[in-house]
Amino acid sequence: MRHLLSTRELSREQAVELLDIAEDMAAVQEREVKKLPTLRGKTVVNLFFEDSTRTRISFEAAAKRLSADVINFSAKGSSVSKGESLKDTAQTLQAMGADGVVIRHHASGAPYTLATSGWIDAGVVNAGDGTHEHPTQALLDAFTMRRRLHGAASRGRALDGVHVVIVGDVLHSRVARSNVWLLATLGAEVELVAPPTLVPVDTSSWPARVGYDLDAALAGTPDVVMMLRIQAERMHAAFFPNSREYARTWGLDDARFDALPPSTMVMHPGPMNRGLEIAARAADSQQSTVREQVANGVSVRMAALYLLMSGDRGDA
Amino acid sequence: MSERFLITGATLASGERADILLDGGVIAGVGSIADASGATVVDADGLIALPGLVDLHTHLREPGYEQSETVLTGTQAAAAGGFTAVFAMANTFPVADTAGVVEQEASLGRAAGYATVQPIGAVTVGLKGEQLAELGAMARSRANVRVFSDDGFCVSDPLLMRRALEYVKAFDGVIAQHAQEPRLTEGAQMNEGALSGELGLTGWPAVAEESIIARDVLLAEHVGSRLHVCHVSTAGSVEVIRWAKARGIDVTAEVTPHHLLLTEDLIAGYDPRFKVNPPLRRAEDVEALRAALADGTIDIVATDHAPHPVEAKESEWQAAANGMVGLESALAVVHAAVVETGLMNWADVARVMSSTPARIGRLHGHGEAIEVGAAPELTLYDPAAASEFDLDRLAGRSTNSPYLGRRLPGRVVATFHGGYPTFLDGAVRPRDEVARNATSAQGVVHG
Amino acid sequence: MARAVLSQADISRALTRISHEILESNRGSSDLVILGIPTRGVILARRIAETIARIEPDAAPPQAGALDVTMYRDDLTRTRTRTPQPTELPPGGIDGKTVVLVDDVLYSGRTIRAAFDALSDLGRARAVRLAVLVDRGHREFPIRADFVGKNLPSSTRERINVRLTEIDGDDGVAIDDTAATEGGEA
Repeated sequence: MRHLLSTRELSREQAVELLDIAEDMAAVQEREVKKLPTLRGKTVVNLFFEDSTRTRISFEAAAKRLSADVINFSAKGSSVSKGESLKDTAQTLQAMGADGVVIRHHASGAPYTLATSGWIDAGVVNAGDGTHEHPTQALLDAFTMRRRLHGAASRGRALDGVHVVIVGDVLHSRVARSNVWLLATLGAEVELVAPPTLVPVDTSSWPARVGYDLDAALAGTPDVVMMLRIQAERMHAAFFPNSREYARTWGLDDARFDALPPSTMVMHPGPMNRGLEIAARAADSQQSTVREQVANGVSVRMAALYLLMSGDRGDA
Repeated sequence: MSERFLITGATLASGERADILLDGGVIAGVGSIADASGATVVDADGLIALPGLVDLHTHLREPGYEQSETVLTGTQAAAAGGFTAVFAMANTFPVADTAGVVEQEASLGRAAGYATVQPIGAVTVGLKGEQLAELGAMARSRANVRVFSDDGFCVSDPLLMRRALEYVKAFDGVIAQHAQEPRLTEGAQMNEGALSGELGLTGWPAVAEESIIARDVLLAEHVGSRLHVCHVSTAGSVEVIRWAKARGIDVTAEVTPHHLLLTEDLIAGYDPRFKVNPPLRRAEDVEALRAALADGTIDIVATDHAPHPVEAKESEWQAAANGMVGLESALAVVHAAVVETGLMNWADVARVMSSTPARIGRLHGHGEAIEVGAAPELTLYDPAAASEFDLDRLAGRSTNSPYLGRRLPGRVVATFHGGYPTFLDGAVRPRDEVARNATSAQGVVHG
Repeated sequence: MARAVLSQADISRALTRISHEILESNRGSSDLVILGIPTRGVILARRIAETIARIEPDAAPPQAGALDVTMYRDDLTRTRTRTPQPTELPPGGIDGKTVVLVDDVLYSGRTIRAAFDALSDLGRARAVRLAVLVDRGHREFPIRADFVGKNLPSSTRERINVRLTEIDGDDGVAIDDTAATEGGEA
C-alpha cells in the first residue's frame, strides 16, 4: 500500500488484511514489551494543520510502538498563506527525510494533493481531511465491531450482514463518509439518519439507506448505533433550530437507549457532547465501545503504518 | 514586412475556397486573386478563414495583478488563440470603475497592438455591490465603454441591479451579470451533487445561478433593458433563458469553452487546474449547453480567460484560485465540443465567436464577414492538426490551462489584426514589429 | 523439474527422531515449549508436541505454539510487504521454559535471528533450541540447528518445496530447479 487516503479505494481483501494485522498489533499491546522494532530508523511526521490531540497522540503511540522516530509538526497558525504552506511544508518534510506523513487538514483532498503533487516521496496517511474522509477512524470502528461480534475468532472475517445505523451530521462528517464506504465494502448494511439539512443533496450513489426518523431506524434493532458529534456552529447556520430540538429528535437519549436490545453496540468517534447527541447513560453503558475505540485506534494505526512503510517502494 | 498580404486557398466559413487580399486598412479582395504584386503570400490551403475572434470575457489582470497577466501578454495569448478583440473585465486593481482606469487599459492595448482591448466597466464602485460606479463617465470616456460587469461578484442586490439595468439604457449599454446568489454559495468549492457529497467539498448549487438569471430577466423585462448573462453553466439556466427569449426579453448569454467540454468528474483527484467559477458541471449540463449554443438560446462563446500565477494553483483544492486560461485553446475546444459533434458548422462558429460578441459589446470594426471592404481582422485555423495541447501553445504569462496533455482537434495557424499578422506559422509575432504595425494601422484608420 | 527427496514416511520418521532427541537433551518433557515459525513450522511444532506426548504418555505434554517473526525481519523494505501471522504462546508464557523453535527449512539463518529478537520481547526462556525438518546450508549467520530432520546440500538456484497435509493436502519434500524464481526459504 503506497498511501492510505480514503476507505473508498480499499478492496475487501485489503481491508480485512489490515484489520487482521491490527489484531496482531493489538496482541503486542497486551505484552509487557509493547514495542516492535519494525520501523526502526524510519521517520514518521505528524503534520497537523488542524488541532486534534487525540488523533495525533494515537498516531504518535502507533509510530513509536513500531520504533519509528516521530516528529510532530503543528502547522496551525503558521503565518505563511494557506496555499504556500502545504507545498513549503511538504518540501521541508522531504528535506528532513520523512518516510511517512500523517496529515490532518481542514481542506478536503489535501492528503491527495500531498500524495500526488510530487513534492514528497513519503507514504501519506489521511488523518482526517475537511469534510471528506478519516479512513483510520473507520478502520478502527470496523475493528471494534468485528472484535465485539467475533472476539478471538475475528481474523479473516468481514462484517457481512451487520446492520449499522449512523446518526447525525452526515453532511460535514468525514467519519460518516469513511464508514459508509468501508462498512459497505466489508458487507455491512448501512443506514444513515440525520436531519435532511445535514445530508448531502445527492446520496444516490452511496451504498447506504438514508432516513430522517431515528425511532424508525432503531426499531429495526440494529447491531450498531454510531452517534456522530454535532457541532454547535451548525445551529447558527440554520441547519437545525436549536440543540434542544436536535437532542429530542436525533439524540440517543435514555428512552431510546433503553429500548435497544442489550446486544446493540453504541459507538461514538469522540469527543462526545453528552446530553446532545448522546445521553450519559448510553455513553457509559456496557454497550458503549467508546473506550475500546480509543485503544483499538493505536492497533489499527500501527497496522496502517506497517503496511505503508514496509515493502519496497516499487511495489505499489 | 510589406503592407499587403495575400492569403491563398483559404476555406471560408461558407465552405467556399478563396484567396484573400489584405491591403492597408481593409480586405481588398476575396476570390481568385492572381495579381497581387508586392504582397506577402500566406498559403492557407486546408485552413479555415474566420473573421477575427472577439472575446467578450477576458481577464487581463493589468493594472494590479501583473504577475498573472498584462495587457501585452494577455493580448499575445489572444493573438495565439485567433482573437483580434478582447473585452477586458473590470476586476483589476484599481478596479475599472472610473474613466481613468478604463482609458489606461484601452491605451495599453493600443500600444501593444496585438488585439483591440475594449474595457468593461465595473457596475458598482470597487465591485463592492453597494453603489453604482460612474457608468456614464466610462461610457463617454475615450474607452467608449458599453459593457458593465462586476464579474467575479454578482450584483445580488435586486434594487441595485434594477437601477444599473435602467441607467445604462441612456448610452445603449448592457449589464453582464455573473449570476451567483452569494448566500447559496458561501464557501462553495464545486458543483453541488453526488460528487461534491462524496468528495466532501461544499457545493455550488445550480439553483444559485438559475435563481439570479430568473430574477434578472424579469427585471430586464420590467424596465425594458438589455441583459447579458456571463458564463452560463447549467441546463436549468438554459431553460430560464429560453423562456425569457420566448417572451421577447432582451437577454443574451455566453458559455465558456470549458463548460462546453469538461465535466465535474475531473475534480475527483482534487487537481486545482479544474477549479473554476462557475464550477464544472455534470455531463447533462454540458449536453444542454451545447444544444443551447447550437439553437441560439446561448448567443456566444466567451473564454473567461483567467490567468493565475503558479502558486495560486499549487495547493490544496480549497486554497486554490478559481479560473483557467482559455484564449489560446478556445477555438480548438469549440471545434471539439460542437463542430466535431456535428451540432454546428464553421459559419455558426464565426457567429458565436466573432460577429455576435462584437454586436453585444457594440464594438465596431470587428466581427465583420470576410468580404471586400471589411475590417482586416481574421484568423486562419487548421482543423486537421489534431495534437496534444502543450505549454508551447500558451502565449500568455500563466499556464493554468485545464487542457495541458489533452488532445485537441485543431490549432490556430495565423491571426491578422488591423491588416497585419499578430500570430503567424504558430508563433506570436515579435513585440516591436506588432507595435510598429499597429501605429501605422491606427494611422490609416484615423488618418 | 521437481525431485522428491523426502516421502511422507521419511518426514514422519524424521519428526519421531527429532522428538526423541528433544526428550533426551531436555531429560524429559517438563517445561518444554515447542514454538513453530509460521506457516509450516507451526504444523511441524504441533506434530512434534503430539509425538512427544505419545512417547511419554505419563508426563505433562509439552506445549506447542506459534512465533511470528515478520515484524522483526531485516528485509522488510527489500521485498514486498509481508502479512504477519498470529503469535500464539501457551498460557504460561516462555519465562523459565526451554523453547524449541521449529521451522521447515533452515537456509540463511535470518529468520532464526529475527526469531531470537521476537522471543526476547516475549520473555526470558531458560534455553532456546532449534529444530528444522531440512537444513539446506548457505548460512549467512552463525546459527546451527540442534535437531535436523535431513541435511540437504542444495544450490542457491534450487527451491526446497515442503508440503504438509494440513496445508498442502499431502506430505513430502521436493527440490525444484527454478532458476527463474527466488530460491528457497530465507
